[in-house]
Amino acid sequence: MNRKKLVIVGNGMAPGRMLEDLFEKNREAYDVTIFNAEPRVNYNRLMLSPVLSGEKTYEDIITHGDDWYAENGVTLHKSARVSEIDREARTVTSENGITASYDKLVIATGSSPFIIPLPGKDLDGVLTYRDLDDVERMLETAKRGGRAVVIGGGLLGLEAAAGLRMQGMDVTVLHLMPTLMERQLDPSAGFLLEEEFKRRGIDVRTKANSHEILGDDTGKVRGIRLDDGTEIEASIIVMAVGIRPSVDLARAIGLDTNRGILVGDDMRTSDENIFALGECVEHRGMCYGLVAPLYEMARVIAENLLDGVDAYAGSATATKLKVTGVDLYSAGDFAEGEDREEIVLRDASAGVYKRLVLKDNKIIGAVLYGETSDGPWFFDLLKKGTDVSEMRETLIFGQAYQGGAPLDPTAAVAALPDDAEICGCNGVCKGKIVGTIKEKGLTTLDGVRAHTKASNSCGTCTGLVEQLMQITLGDAYNPAAVTPMCGCTTLGHDDVRRLIKSKELKTIPAVMQELEWTSSGGCAKCRPALNYYLVSDWPDEYADDYQSRFINERVHANIQKDGTYSVVPRMWGGQTSSTELRAIADVVDKFSIPTVKVTGGQRIDMLGIRKEDLPAVWADLGKAGFVSGHAYAKGLRTVKTCVGTDWCRFGTQDSTGLGVRIEKFMWGSWTPAKVKMAVSGCPRNCAEATCKDVGVICVDSGYEIHFAGAAGLDIKGTEVLGLVKTEDEALEHIVAVVQMYREQGRYLERIYKWAKRIGYDEVRRQIMDDADKRKSYFDRFVFSQKFAQVDPWSERVSGKDKHEFRPMAVITREAAE
Amino acid sequence: MTAEIRNWVPVGQLEDIPREGARCVRNGEMTIAVFRTATDDIYALEDKCPHRNGPLSQGIVHDGCVTCPLHNWVISLETGTAQGADEGQTLAFPVRVEETRIYIDLSYSHEVA
Repeated sequence: MNRKKLVIVGNGMAPGRMLEDLFEKNREAYDVTIFNAEPRVNYNRLMLSPVLSGEKTYEDIITHGDDWYAENGVTLHKSARVSEIDREARTVTSENGITASYDKLVIATGSSPFIIPLPGKDLDGVLTYRDLDDVERMLETAKRGGRAVVIGGGLLGLEAAAGLRMQGMDVTVLHLMPTLMERQLDPSAGFLLEEEFKRRGIDVRTKANSHEILGDDTGKVRGIRLDDGTEIEASIIVMAVGIRPSVDLARAIGLDTNRGILVGDDMRTSDENIFALGECVEHRGMCYGLVAPLYEMARVIAENLLDGVDAYAGSATATKLKVTGVDLYSAGDFAEGEDREEIVLRDASAGVYKRLVLKDNKIIGAVLYGETSDGPWFFDLLKKGTDVSEMRETLIFGQAYQGGAPLDPTAAVAALPDDAEICGCNGVCKGKIVGTIKEKGLTTLDGVRAHTKASNSCGTCTGLVEQLMQITLGDAYNPAAVTPMCGCTTLGHDDVRRLIKSKELKTIPAVMQELEWTSSGGCAKCRPALNYYLVSDWPDEYADDYQSRFINERVHANIQKDGTYSVVPRMWGGQTSSTELRAIADVVDKFSIPTVKVTGGQRIDMLGIRKEDLPAVWADLGKAGFVSGHAYAKGLRTVKTCVGTDWCRFGTQDSTGLGVRIEKFMWGSWTPAKVKMAVSGCPRNCAEATCKDVGVICVDSGYEIHFAGAAGLDIKGTEVLGLVKTEDEALEHIVAVVQMYREQGRYLERIYKWAKRIGYDEVRRQIMDDADKRKSYFDRFVFSQKFAQVDPWSERVSGKDKHEFRPMAVITREAAE
Repeated sequence: MTAEIRNWVPVGQLEDIPREGARCVRNGEMTIAVFRTATDDIYALEDKCPHRNGPLSQGIVHDGCVTCPLHNWVISLETGTAQGADEGQTLAFPVRVEETRIYIDLSYSHEVA
C-alpha cells in the first residue's frame, strides 16, 4: 500500500492531539514521522506546575508513552532539532543528520519564553518556565533553599511561585502591573489572588519594575535590583513574563510570518503542503497560548489532512490557574463599558467573588474566584451566545439554580448557624451580631461596627452584616442610611477611608478602580476628598494630585468673586514687627493692591491681586521673611494668642510663646477641613479659645486643652479635653487630637462635627487616657510633617507650576482678524 | 450663514496644559480657557461661568465637565452648557489639534457675539 508521508516538527500537546484525531478518523492514511527537539515522548505541559510543586511526577503527566508510538507506527526522533526544510524536494533534515521526506508537513514548533533584556540575564541561575528541563533545574535549586524571585505575575509566573514555595523556598513575585493576572482577571479578583498568595507566605510586589540582575564573582545570581533601588537577594530568578511564537524555522524557509506563522482558516501556511499548529501560529491576528484553541486547531488539521474541509474560526479562551487550593476561572472580555452590564456576587466569608459581564443579554465575560464549578457552564453560554434574559435573576448562582424559584439573597445568610463567622478580621460570628443588634437596639451599620467590630476592619463583610441587620430588624433597617460620598460611588466617606488603608490604595485611579467608581474620572466632590485621604494616609508615598485640588489650594491664595486673589502671610501667633509691616506696605504700593484688611485670625489680608502677579508678590514677601499663611487651605490656619505673662497682669502662662510654638510645629499640615486654634493666657480668654477647633486656656496649674468649638455656620462652645501640667504635654495632646481627626474625619467635616460623631468621651479616652495611642498619633503627625512643611510660596517663586500663573497665549486683535 | 469663514489661530501645544487642567488665552478683552481632559481631549470655553462670571479655567476638570470655583456650577466642556438643574451657557469654541499643536477657531466668537 502506498501511504502518504506526514512529517511533524515538534512534539508538544497540539500535535499529540492532532494525531489522536487523525488516527480516530483514519489510521491508514499516513506514515507519520515526528522530529522532537526535546529528548522525550509527549507529555502534558499544563501539568508542569504540579510536577514543580511535587504533587505529581514526570511519569504521571506523560500523554503518549513509547509504546503508543510503536502501536500506531509513528516514528519518533527524540533530541532531533530540525535544521533544514527543502520545500522543493519536500524533505526535512535534523541537526543530527536524519532526513525524512513528506507529502504533508505540520510545523508545531511552539513558543519560547520571552527573556527580558536585563543586565545579568545570562547569569547562572536565571531560568525560564517552559519545559521539563526548566522544572528540573528549579527543583535542583529548591533543594538548596534560599529565595526565588519570579518575574511576572501572570498565569505561569504565579504557578511557578506557588510551586517553588511548596518546595520550601522563600518566594518573591515581581509584577509590573498594579494587579496580578491583569489580562485574565479584573482588579477585584486580582486583589483576592494577591491576598491568597501573601497568605501562603509569598512576597508579592506589584508595580515592580526590574532594573538589573545581580551576580557574584563566580557568575551566579545573587539577587535583583528594582528601578526604585530596592535590592532583593535571590538564588534563582525565574522569568515568566510571556511567550513568543517560535517562527525562526518557518521564516528561514520563506513561509509568511508575522508575530507567528500566518495561517488561513484551513490552518495552511503560505505553502499549501505545510500546515502550522499550536502556539507558533498566528490566525486572524491572534496567537494563542492556551490549550483549548490549540486542540480546536488540531481537529481542523486532522480533517484537512484527510482531504476534508474544515475551517478554524478562532477561539474564545478560558483560563484556570493551576495552583492547588486556589480556584480561579476567567473567560472572555470583562472590561467595563457603557453598553455592558455586570452581575457581581461576593461572599467574603467564603472567599467567593463572581462577576459576569453581559452585553445585549449575552454573557461576554466571566471571572470566578473561590468557587469555579460553574465556569464551564458560563463559558458554554458565552461561546454559544445564549440569550440569558430569562435566567438573569439567578444566573450568577450557577447552573444548579436554574429553573427553580428566584432566590432571596438573604436566604443564604438566614440559613447560617449562629456560630458561622461573618467578620474574619475581628472573629465575629453571626450569633454575636444578631444578639448585639437586639440587645442594644442598634439600627445603623456604624452602630453594629462600634459594638461588635464586625466589618470594622477591611469592610469586605459589610454586605453580610447588612443582610443580618435586614433579617434581624426587618423594615426598621434602612440601608440607605450611609450617605454616599458623591454620585460616583455608593460608599460613604468612612468606608472609603477604611478601604484606602486596608487595601493599601495609594493613587486616585487605584481607589476608583478598586472601589468600583461609576464615573471614569470622579467629580469635583470626590476628587479633592480622595486627594486629601491619600495625602493624609500615605504622606511619604502619595504624589499630591494638584488637578484634584480646589483652585485655592492649587495656587496657594484665595480666589475672590472677580477672579482676583487674596494673599495672607503667616504672622506667628498673631505677632508682627515694623519690618514686616513695612514690607507689606511696600508690596501693597508696588502692586497697587486695592484692599488691605485685618483678619479675624490676627493677621493681614491683601485683596484684589491679579493671578499673574502672585509669584512676584510672594517673592517680595518672602524677602521679608514671610511664608504662606495657608488662609486658603483645608489645613492649619491660625493660632490666635493673647499676650500672656509677657505683658498681662492676669497672665498665668506664656500664651503667646505656646501659640507660636504650636503654629511653627503644625503649619503646612493638611486636614479634612480648616483648623483654627487659639491660646488664652488666663480664663478671661481674650484669645477666644473656647470657640476654636482646638483651644488652650492657661491656668496656674497648667494648660486646659479644649476642642470641638465652632463660631461659623454653627456656634458651639468647646468641650474640655483635659488638663496637663507642662507646655510639652500640651503640645503633644493637641497634636495627637488633630492627628486623630486627620485620620478619621470626613473631607470638609470640621472637628466639632467629627468629635460629635465619634463621641467626646472616645476622643478623651484615646488622647487623655491611652498614652500609647496618643504617642502613636503624635509620631504619625511628626512623620507626615516631614513631607508637608515646605513653604508653597517660595516653591512657586523659584519656578514650580509656572504654567499656573501665565496665559498660554496672548492674541492681538490684528492677528485674530 | 452657510459660507464658513474659519479663523484657526494657534494657541499652544498639548503639553502646555496639565492633564485635567486648563490654561488661559487672552484674546483682546476676552479670556478663553483651554482645557485638557484626562484622555487628552482639548476644549475651549470663554473663561466666564454663566452664573456669576467665575473663571472656569480655575475649576476642577472631570468627566468632560469643569466645576466653577466660585459656586460649583458644572459646565460641559463640549457645549458650554450648565449641567444638572442649573441653566445657562458659556461660549464654546471649535478646537482642532494637529499633532500636538492646538488651534482655536476665533471666527466663531464673532458669529455668535
